[in-house]
Formats: sequence, C-alpha cells, structure tokens
Amino acid sequence: MFETHKITKSIGKGGQTVGESSLKVGALLQDRFLIQGVLGVGGMGSVYKARDMRFPNVTKLVAVKEIINQADPGMREMIVKTFEREANILAELNHPAIPKIYDYFTQGDKSFLVQEFIEGKDLEAYLNTLADFIPEEQVVEWAVQLCDVLSYLHGHKPEPIIFRDMKPSNIMLDAHNNIRLIDFGIARPFMTGQKGTMIGTEGYSPPEQYRGEAGPTGDIYALGATLHHLLTKQDPRIEPPFSFSERPVRKANPAVSLELEAVINTMLNYNPSERFPGAKAMKDALLSLRRARTGVLTQQLAPAAKPAGAASAVAAPPAPAASGEVAPIWVFKCEDELRGSPLIHKGVVYIGAYDNNFYAVNAAQGKLMWKYATDGGLPGSPALHQDTLFIGSEDKRLHAVSAKSGRVQWTYYTDGPVRASPRVAEGHVFIGSDDENLHAVNVLTGRKAWKASATGAVRCRPAVSNDMIFFGCEGGEFYAIDFGGAQKWRFKAKRGLTSSPLLYNGNVYVGSIDGQVYALEAKTGWNVWKFRTNKAVISSAAADENQVFIGSADNCLYAIDIRTGRETWKFETEGQVNSSPTVNKSVVYVGSIDGCVYAVDIANGKLRWKFRSGAPITSSPVVVDDIVYIGSLDHNLYALTA
Amino acid sequence: MLNSILEKLFGKKKAEAPAPVVPPPRDPDATIPLSPQLAAQLPPDAIKALSDLGSSKRMRIGIAQDVGRVRSHNEDVLLVFTGELAGLETMPSFGLFVVADGMGGHSLGERASSLAARTVARVTLEQILPSLLADPQLEAERPALQEIMEQAMTAANAAVVNSVPEGGTTLTCALLIGEQLILSHVGDSRAYIITDDTFEQATRDHSLVQRLQELGQITAAEALVHPQRSVLYRAVGQGEGLEVDVVSRRLPSGASLLLCSDGLWGLVPDDKILRTVQQASNPQTACEALVSAANAAGGSDNITAVMVQVPS
Repeated sequence: MFETHKITKSIGKGGQTVGESSLKVGALLQDRFLIQGVLGVGGMGSVYKARDMRFPNVTKLVAVKEIINQADPGMREMIVKTFEREANILAELNHPAIPKIYDYFTQGDKSFLVQEFIEGKDLEAYLNTLADFIPEEQVVEWAVQLCDVLSYLHGHKPEPIIFRDMKPSNIMLDAHNNIRLIDFGIARPFMTGQKGTMIGTEGYSPPEQYRGEAGPTGDIYALGATLHHLLTKQDPRIEPPFSFSERPVRKANPAVSLELEAVINTMLNYNPSERFPGAKAMKDALLSLRRARTGVLTQQLAPAAKPAGAASAVAAPPAPAASGEVAPIWVFKCEDELRGSPLIHKGVVYIGAYDNNFYAVNAAQGKLMWKYATDGGLPGSPALHQDTLFIGSEDKRLHAVSAKSGRVQWTYYTDGPVRASPRVAEGHVFIGSDDENLHAVNVLTGRKAWKASATGAVRCRPAVSNDMIFFGCEGGEFYAIDFGGAQKWRFKAKRGLTSSPLLYNGNVYVGSIDGQVYALEAKTGWNVWKFRTNKAVISSAAADENQVFIGSADNCLYAIDIRTGRETWKFETEGQVNSSPTVNKSVVYVGSIDGCVYAVDIANGKLRWKFRSGAPITSSPVVVDDIVYIGSLDHNLYALTA
Repeated sequence: MLNSILEKLFGKKKAEAPAPVVPPPRDPDATIPLSPQLAAQLPPDAIKALSDLGSSKRMRIGIAQDVGRVRSHNEDVLLVFTGELAGLETMPSFGLFVVADGMGGHSLGERASSLAARTVARVTLEQILPSLLADPQLEAERPALQEIMEQAMTAANAAVVNSVPEGGTTLTCALLIGEQLILSHVGDSRAYIITDDTFEQATRDHSLVQRLQELGQITAAEALVHPQRSVLYRAVGQGEGLEVDVVSRRLPSGASLLLCSDGLWGLVPDDKILRTVQQASNPQTACEALVSAANAAGGSDNITAVMVQVPS
C-alpha cells in the first residue's frame, strides 16, 4: 500500500519543502495561549494544541491555526484583511458540527485563528486503523450529519459558505461518535501558484474547482469522493484524478448496496447540474435508503409496485428472447461430430465431419449438394484456390477436391494423420501433419515441394506473409520459414501451440496450451508481449482495429489491446472456449464447450444473443452476408442470423 | 563482423550558462572509418554495406540538454544506447532511449532521475542484449519485451523508493528494435512520433491537467497555463505498486521519435516542434534547435530532447 502522508506531501522542484513548525512547545502567544504541541503541519503553517491561560483554574484547550503570510507588504495587507473578514464570518457560525472560533489575530507575517479543540480522531486516521470496511450504515449515518452541516453552510446569508475541502482528514469524530468539520477553507486564499512539479492531487475536489468555480454542488462532489474513500478504502489522492466512475464502490466493496452506490455516483457526476441540487436533496436520498433498509419504504411502495409488476408481466416478451437465445435459419445433419470450420464460397458451405465425409451444402436452404468420402475423420477446415478445395484427413492425406463436383483431383500422403488446416499461397498448399512436418505441396500437381520439420505434430493452419510462413507445433516451438523452407527464426512457448497464428499489422498472434497468448514480431520473432489466461489457449485469434480476440479453456473470450497487451474486456461462458472467434460488423462470434454460440458486442463484451446447440462447440463460426455458419459436436451444421 | 556503437550520455553536468549547452557537434552521417589496409581486404559489397550502415540505413540520433534560464540545477537526465550489426548476419537496429525529469529539493531530484534512468537501462539491457546478439535461428527463448520494460520500470521505482525516498522522477523509455517500438512511461515527460505529415503524442501525461482535459473541463491551451499544470498523479518514487503505461508501436520508415521533458513541450508549442523537426537537416540539429526554442520562450525549466530517426 501507498503511504498517504508521503503522497500528499508536495515535492517542490525548486528545492522548496515544507518547513518545520515555527512555534516551539512552551511558547506563549499573545500572553494567553501556551503552546503544548503540534497537531499538524500544512502548506500554510502549523496547527498547534494550546492551553488558554485566561482560565487558570480549568484546563481549557484550544487549537491554534497558524497562517504564514510571506507576500510583499501591499499584498500582505490585503491577505490579512481577507483573513479577518473570513474569520468574522466563521466566528458567527453556530452549528454543533462546526468548532467554535474564540479569537483571531495577526502578528508580523503570521495570522492565527483560535478555535475549539476537538478530542478525537479524524476519519482518515480512523479508516487507516481498520482492517475491514466501515459498515454501510455507519457511513450513511455520518453522511446524513455531513448533509446537515453542508445545508447550514450553504444556507448562510447573505452569501452561502462553500466549505471547499471536504475530505476524511477534515472530518473529526468526537467522543460521542458525532461528526465535527474542521479546517475551514480560510487559509485557501493565501495559496498562490505552486512552484515546480508536485506529486499527488487533492483527490476529492470537483473538476470545476480547477476552472476556478466553487459552488455548493462542489461540496457535494467532495462529499461523494469522501464517502467513496470511506467505503472502498481507495485513497483518491493516489488514484488518477476524477476516476471514480471507473472504480464504482461495489467493485471494491461488494457489501455496499446498489442504492447507496447510485447515490454516490450521482454526487460524483462531472457535470455539477447532474449532481443533487443541494445538500437537502442529498440527505433525502440517504434517508430513503435508510428507510428502505428498515422496511418502512418497502411498505410504502408496495401498493404502487403491484400494478406495475403485473403490467410488465403481460407485456413480457416470450421466454426464448428473454434469455437472449435465438433460433437457427436451417440445420444440416451429418453422421458424426463437426469440429472444423466451414468455408463459404459462391453460395455453398463446405465443411468436413468426423464421419469421414467432406460436405457441400447449399448456403440458402442447407440442402446437400455433394459429399466426398475420405478414409478418416476430418477435424480440420478446408482452404480454397481457384475452385479447388483442400482438406486434411486422419487418413494421413491432404485431399484436393473440385468445388463444383466434389470429385477428387489429387491426394497427397504424409506419414501421420492430418489434423491441421491448409493454407494456399504462391502456388503451394502448406499443411501440417502429425508426422511433425509442415508440407509444401504443389497446388496443381499435388507433388511435394519440400517439408520443414518441427518438434511435434503440426495441427494449426499456418499464416503467410509476403515472404514468410509461420506455424507452431505441439512441441511448443514456433517457426518462421521462407518459401524455400529455410528457417528465419524460432520461438519457444512453454507448452504446445495448437492455435493457428494470426498475422496482423506486422505481428503474429498465437495462443499456447501454456495459457498465454503471444504477440511476436513477424520479421524478427521478438516477443512483444504475452497475455496470460488461466488455462490452455487452443483458440486462434481474430483481429479488428486495435484489438485481438481469442478464447481460453478458462471459459472466457478475451479482447486484448494490441498496443498494451492488456485485456479490454472478457466475456465468460459456461465452458471452455476452444472455438476461434470471428468478427463481423462490430460483433464477435464464438462457440463454447457449453454448447452455445455467442454473439458479443465488440465494444464492451456484452452479450448480443446466444444459440444453444445440442453438444459442445469447438468449431469456429464463419459469417458471410450476415449469416453465421457453425458446426457442433451434436453432428449439426447451423445457419444463424448474425 | 560486429560493430556495436555504444553511447552512454548520462546525467551530464552542465555549466550554469543561459546559452544552450549541447554535446559537441558530431556528424550524424559519419561512417565508421576504415583503415586502407582493411578496406583493401574487404570485398566491394562489404564496403558498400558499411557505408550504408553509416548513412540512411542506420538510425540517426540527436541529443540536447540545457539547465534553462531560470533554474540553477539540472534535474533532467537523458540516456542513449544504440547497437548495429552488419556483415554476413544482420541484427535489427537497436536503441534504448530514456528521458527522466526529477523532482524534490536538495539535489534529490537529480539523484532520483539519474538513478531511475540508470536502473531502467541496466535491467532492460541485461535481459535484451543476450537475445539480441544470439543466432535468431537457434535462439528460441525470447523474453516478452513489454514485460521486460515493465520489470525495468518497477526496478527503477524500487531503487528510487529505497535510495532517494524523498525524491521522485518522471521516466519515459523507448526501446527500438528495428521498427518495433516499445514505450514505457510514468509522469509527464513525453514521446512524440513525427513523420513527414503527422505529429502524434504517443504518451499520455499522468497529470491533473491531462485528466481535466480528457473530461472536457479545460482546453489544451488552458492546460498549458493552468496554475496546477505541474501536478502529477503518478511518478517514479511515489511508493510501491507503481502502475506503468507500456505500449508497442511500429515506427513507419523515415519516422522520428522525440522524447522530451516538460521544459521543452511546456514552452514550445506542438506546431513549432513539428516545424523545427521538419526544417532540421538531421536529428542532432533538430534537438539543438528545440532546446534553443525553449530557452527563447523563457527557459523556465530544464530542457531535454532526444530524437531518433529510423531509416527510410
């Protein structure tokens, strides 16, 4: 944790640091106030504990606030006049939460204000002694008292008094658990421009105060900031200024009620007109919270709530829509599981199934056009080049099939099952095999050009740039090779790389069984960043503008900022997300082991809709003309409205 | 053949003169001198490679620093390390650039900024140099660059918290490997990316006025003259658990990266910085001109400028 006293201390660049107290213990001020100790040291001077010697028979303690005024003589006179005018106003105040003013005077370059000494602890000091959060009821009780004192100050005639410095350290808790407001802003006019760079901000002040505006609603903001600090234990002076809306109370302290959080959010609006119009309205809001908790409010509202509830039940939309679930446009049934992704070309959907068949299905109606049988399951996805489709099979072969007729053009044998997906570039099909090689096969003849060896089965779909091919293997090694098969660089992850690399803006993004997502510079292989998820990443990344999207076996779909390598949002499903996301028109689509296809808003990770299939989904969705095509382990290929 | 050009220009003590004091002028296009004997042994294309290395194919660096016209101490620090490899094997051009602006009286500021710059460079170089000089075909263990930069910043923070507890500093670091730029940053020293037609501030100040601007409470012009324009909410030396901004970017070919302290950007407006950079014949004259411009505008703070231009 940060040490608050250190942060709030200003560090002057020009060598100016806050000096020591100017009065020593035992000093006698005005032949009357005997200094007994220092209560605090501030930017303007110190606050002392003193004994008033006019009462020789009783020990009357006072707090003496010292204001050191080092302005030039003309300015000094003006400042002293301002001080005396404000001291007069304070001396007239009469409220139990405001300390009494006994005297004020000026001596040379120092002015002094003598006020009631309050035995107790300020709320900041109190908060720092606690291991747990302060109970909500206690904070609301103090807040109600603070509203009362603000109402009193803001109602002052002829001019409202603006406190200007509401914060836990200016609120004392006396022996009776009552609030006392200390340190009125009397010294603030003395503050001239700060010199040099300083660390730490006021933290509680409203934004408009930095434009020189101070009104009653500014005190309301500062009270909101104070309540936020008391409830969350997050010191706003060490957080980015005005970041309360990014740190809602319940995020730090879930025990706080939604209602109180809403009241505090209203107090903390940047725009003064959107806060409570006055301390009275704020107090009413807090009191109604308290009533709600004691049950009074519930009883009052019960008759009114009933008809409203009944009306909404009548108007309620049908159940499937309410749960966010949609129905498919068509369903095409295969004889075994669908694990790979479909390919859509000229109105036809092509997909491989574990029933050994490669299917061509009419995209509009979901009618079978042809099927091509291999001698093994088809776990991968097809690739297309000039009306020829390429797909790998567990029969160890890469099959080249006519898109029109479904007739075989050639097959290419590897030494192991082919569970990878092909990539076509520069007249070659590049395909990995469980024989631990990446094969480069002539696209027309089906003859081998070369093969590059890896330290494990190659099951990803390689990525291709102008001059390089990128692929990982189950051994955890990642390779960048040129079109001649010569290696340019290597990278090693801690576990296998099943995820297909995504080449985007000069970087390669790839997930690993080790739970990380790696960003590697395509040209050099430098690891720019890595992003940690909680379980294996088998999913492959999709990109849009400055974000990449990828799933993890920790059940989440992640959006990662490609510049910072940090999460922008995550969307949690009820099963592993091994399916690869796809992006279409500000929506991210992905499947999950929980059996659902999810459509998630790209901007915030909020659910748009979901579709529930009959079994886990590991296949990755493809979106064409606003239709989502995806296979499921329930043997079905689905077409859904995007 | 390895030619590694290592520069360490660190915490230069400046004379307290009002005129800008800049490092001795160097010819930024200087090639590595070849003895006639060596030149005779080298095949013609090797000589060409070396002369390329010395001109447009190499990153060009400029640095300038001045105490300014008001302050008696220089609390700014700049630090530059660069590396090149030419020959049979190549290595992406390497550069580490650091600007830090210290705060705290009684020489605490300059101690904090020096210590932070030194620590961040040491931790970064210790981890990156072995990978940089390894055979890329054999070396597969590659540390994550952003993670290294974050660790280095954290180490710098811990060093300042331990050794200069009353001081603090901004810290802006740029790690350049080929076109890959990693920026790590705390405080209000800035990095700008400048091309022929674009001028972009690549770091976000951790200052009160920056937040006020983001909330639409004040304008950029008001921020420059705001009485609390120097109030930071994040700095090195503030305590444990420092949050660091780390981003990776790709520098377009021919682009320049400028790192500077607020003594420059606080006094010289963006359009003037852009014009000065565009008019300068090389990064060194650009940095000198920028420092002069800040002094001409009052020189109210220490001024530091580091510029690197990548080959076009």
